[in-house]
Amino acid sequence: MSIILILIPILAAIAILMGRKAKPIALGAATLNLILGLGSAFSFDHSVWGLTLQVLSKPSIHLSLGFYDGMSMIMVALSVLVLFAAVMSGKCPEGREKLWYSSILLIAAGAIGAFLSRDLFFFYAFHELALIPTFLMIGMLGSGERKEAAWKITIYLALGSIVLLAGLIWLVAASGSETWLFKDILASTIDPEVQKWIAALLIVGFGVLISLFPFHSWAAPAYASAPAPVAMLHAGVLKKFGLYGLIRLYPMVAEGMQVWLGTLIVLLLCNILWVGFVTINQKRLDMMLGNSSVMHMGYIFLAFAALIEAGSFEANPLAKPAAVLLMFAHGISIALLFMLTDTIRRKTGTVELAELGGLAKAAPRLAFLFGLGAMASIGLPGLANFSGEVLVFLSGFHSYEGGSLGPVQIATVLALWGVVISAVYMLRAFRQTFQGPSVSHTDENHVKDFGPFCQIPAAVLAVALLFVGLFPNSLINLLKPSDAPAPTEQATE
Amino acid sequence: MNSLAWLLLGLPLLSAAVIHLGLKRMQSISAIASTASAGATLLFAIILLFSKNDISVAFNWISIGGFEGIKIGLELDQLAKGMMLIVTGVGFLVHLFSLAYMKDDKAKARYFCGLSLFMFSMTGIVLASNFIMMFIFWELVGLSSYLLIGHWYEKDSAADAAKKAFLTNRIGDFGFMIGILMLWGIAGTFTFDGLAAGLAASSGYSLTFLGIATLCIFAGAMGKSAQAPLHVWLPDAMEGPTPVSALIHAATMVAAGVFMMARFYTSIGTEVIDALWGVHTIAWIGGITSLLAALMATQQDDIKKILAYSTLSQLGYMVMAVGLLNPEAGMFHLYTHAWFKALLFLGSGAVIYACHHEQNIWKMGGLKKTMPITFFTFGIGTLALCGFPFITSGFWSKEQILEVAWLSNKPLFIIAALVAFLTTFYMFRLFFIAFLGKSRSNHADHAKEVGPLMFVPLIILAVLALISGFSPVAGAIAPAYEALDFHIGAAFITSILAVVLGFLLAFKLYAKADEDPLADNKVAKVFRNKFYIDEAYAKVVGYGQDSVAALVHFFDELIIGGLIVGGFSRAAGGIGRLFGRLQSGNLQGYATLFGIGVLLVIYITVFVS
Repeated sequence: MSIILILIPILAAIAILMGRKAKPIALGAATLNLILGLGSAFSFDHSVWGLTLQVLSKPSIHLSLGFYDGMSMIMVALSVLVLFAAVMSGKCPEGREKLWYSSILLIAAGAIGAFLSRDLFFFYAFHELALIPTFLMIGMLGSGERKEAAWKITIYLALGSIVLLAGLIWLVAASGSETWLFKDILASTIDPEVQKWIAALLIVGFGVLISLFPFHSWAAPAYASAPAPVAMLHAGVLKKFGLYGLIRLYPMVAEGMQVWLGTLIVLLLCNILWVGFVTINQKRLDMMLGNSSVMHMGYIFLAFAALIEAGSFEANPLAKPAAVLLMFAHGISIALLFMLTDTIRRKTGTVELAELGGLAKAAPRLAFLFGLGAMASIGLPGLANFSGEVLVFLSGFHSYEGGSLGPVQIATVLALWGVVISAVYMLRAFRQTFQGPSVSHTDENHVKDFGPFCQIPAAVLAVALLFVGLFPNSLINLLKPSDAPAPTEQATE
Repeated sequence: MNSLAWLLLGLPLLSAAVIHLGLKRMQSISAIASTASAGATLLFAIILLFSKNDISVAFNWISIGGFEGIKIGLELDQLAKGMMLIVTGVGFLVHLFSLAYMKDDKAKARYFCGLSLFMFSMTGIVLASNFIMMFIFWELVGLSSYLLIGHWYEKDSAADAAKKAFLTNRIGDFGFMIGILMLWGIAGTFTFDGLAAGLAASSGYSLTFLGIATLCIFAGAMGKSAQAPLHVWLPDAMEGPTPVSALIHAATMVAAGVFMMARFYTSIGTEVIDALWGVHTIAWIGGITSLLAALMATQQDDIKKILAYSTLSQLGYMVMAVGLLNPEAGMFHLYTHAWFKALLFLGSGAVIYACHHEQNIWKMGGLKKTMPITFFTFGIGTLALCGFPFITSGFWSKEQILEVAWLSNKPLFIIAALVAFLTTFYMFRLFFIAFLGKSRSNHADHAKEVGPLMFVPLIILAVLALISGFSPVAGAIAPAYEALDFHIGAAFITSILAVVLGFLLAFKLYAKADEDPLADNKVAKVFRNKFYIDEAYAKVVGYGQDSVAALVHFFDELIIGGLIVGGFSRAAGGIGRLFGRLQSGNLQGYATLFGIGVLLVIYITVFVS
């Protein structure tokens, strides 16, 4: 039945393209998805929610949808939350409602589809489906250097996807699995010598999609010029596809990954420190956020590096919860910040830090919500990101016994400096935007604060951050036992 | 009793949440709600102080199979109970004082919301049963401090000071987290009560790395307790409302570093620490901080700045005592200092309030006549801070620190004695200029004694500044106290001499002065400019961090964005041009083609394989 979560946005998008009233349909679909998605992830009986249909016999491909494990549930919960906020908060340019709302819905449908797929082929295909409206929206309705940004992201992600596809096909072929179903693939083994090369393709392929250094330079300009809902959905949700894939397929290439541990550590540290410094130097709020989102991917990779070092999920029980928690937290917090940045742009007409100031006086609610997002993103305890980050750091020190520091520990120490760097750029931006004396276009005569209705999407995300920050066990419990997939029903031939 | 312990933590949080979500518009009700919650927690703290049992309760915050988990647990032993009394006691008085001090502030609700948030976070630090929980609340007091320093955020100076405080603390917390992680690796636990056992059961760790872990943990204390070289944020933090300075930046939060180290040392055992590599630098950092800060204090003209540097200097004392492996002495001074420093800050708040927000002591003078209660209580605070023998609490705790230094480290004893001399000097400089003589400005001329909401807290604190050091009182309520085996020895004689000399010098220079006789002195100028440390940091951040950032950004765009990616783009663009007609120059067409193409490629590849 989980196909409903995909069908709702797709059908709504079709209805909109056929000329029905765009915003009410989109909002209705997003709300329905929010309720069903959260409900199914947290409470429903998962075995009823599966669906498996064989669509091809050679190679054996199934449209198999359902929660593969707790990680899928958490990612679906993330997707429906951000979808709701994106639909509700976005301000569509006059006359472009069809493109705008149908694209948002299709991006979300693709993301949800990918996280619900229990078949490697559809896992990949749904992601591709989500990319197309992403490119379109940036290219057609983006701002600033939209053409250039759209080209860059398109070329990058297309190349990354092709590398990834090669890796996936090789993976299935080498595993000797008869089908493309995760459960069959994960039940087989691959020769370590081959694993090494498949692992490399996966790191590069997924890495491009996650903006792993040095494949990161598409991200910030794309997010800066993308319409806010697209930036929210891509940075918040779609980018987690790559991390989800790496963690999902990791057991297949556990040994092969070990060859690349050193390289990966260097790259992830570049994500954190190099891109961190790039972020400090940003002069615009949207570029700053785009770069910060690249930077924070480094922390999730750090948990992944700890996992590789340990060799299996059991050997480092903290790594997977750490990564998944941080994926969720980052997704929500960056979506919130992109959304509020767009609000700032609409209210003041600029996102240049030098032209802003003192906005908190005219818009205290906006300032509070932005501050909450900023504090979440720099890892303030009580908000979701901290629970993820602290687990990442603990997973990095899981194997430490009291002698000299190993490579993952050294990486953790250096990554901790990134926590200082993010505080520098976030507080600087908050200081520049909201504090100090106000200027002519940020004072009370020109700027009105959020009304209660406009606050809803931001409040939903803020509550999610707070809830997971206070009760991280609510998500961690979904991940138990660490590897056992949720029960699935028999494939129907 | 358990539910009482949870209420201690929960009530201030509830108050903050209710004010933020519901009462923002109702300024006065917010203030009263917050003050009531502070009063109630003081009551609970007193009840718990006199209950015999040590309480320990916990809630699972993170639990994962194969991992000990992270608990939010409350640990109420003598150390915590005594500290709770300080936090809620000073906290409640500061709330009362604020009712009057912030009466006309437009954002009173936000202010009291911040105070409640602070009370919640500080309680968490005090009751924390493990390092992760302590770190959590450690960061949250940092947040409340940030919010309260920046209360008047429209002022550039306040906004900058708030940011500086947060960032400097982050640098300390960078070390703190590394220390926690290393200690976890070594001892296998975060909990304080399991630390010693975990360490005993652990093998194969090196004393060097445990020493490094200890120093890293101390880095956290250096941030929070503003030890050199991370001291620069505390004087700037005086941009916050004065009652906040009294509560957070004098009596409680800044002492959290000392509390944390005391908690850590007593959990792990001071004899274990003694054997570690490098830990003896901690006492030196404390000693150097206390000396530098005292020197800076001698030449400040802003009444709050003088008190801020004095706080730095006294925190240095405490850190020195802990560093000399005597956490009891450090905690005892923390406890007496909390009362008399809160008194001094609230007294300065009363003065500032009465003088229409004038903070320059040279524009005060003659307040003795116009503000007798403030004058009298401030005088008691001054005596306590100087350690006036026998009748003030400061004397007993300072004596203990000097005794510890005398017995274990003579050079540090000399520094400590010098600081005692400087303390008396700068405090009486302040006292003579601000309270005695004749008034030097209109504001001081028209100053009136403050109302009872403000002077009652002053009187209570003045009483505590006198009596809290006597052993019957201290034995009952201090977080950690060992009765001092007092004798007239070298330490006592030196300290008396230091106090007398400091007083005489201040009297000679400032009793009749209308301007600073040291104004043109070259050495004094260095003190006044805080040894130029702030300027040096500003340069390092300005030229160091920002140019590195600019350089990295440049390379990022040039090499990675330009050459590597540009190469890809150009190649792709070239291919694109080949299909120029198909592509028809617009992105929509391209994206559609891309979609069809991808599906085709996938289908063919899969099908063929």
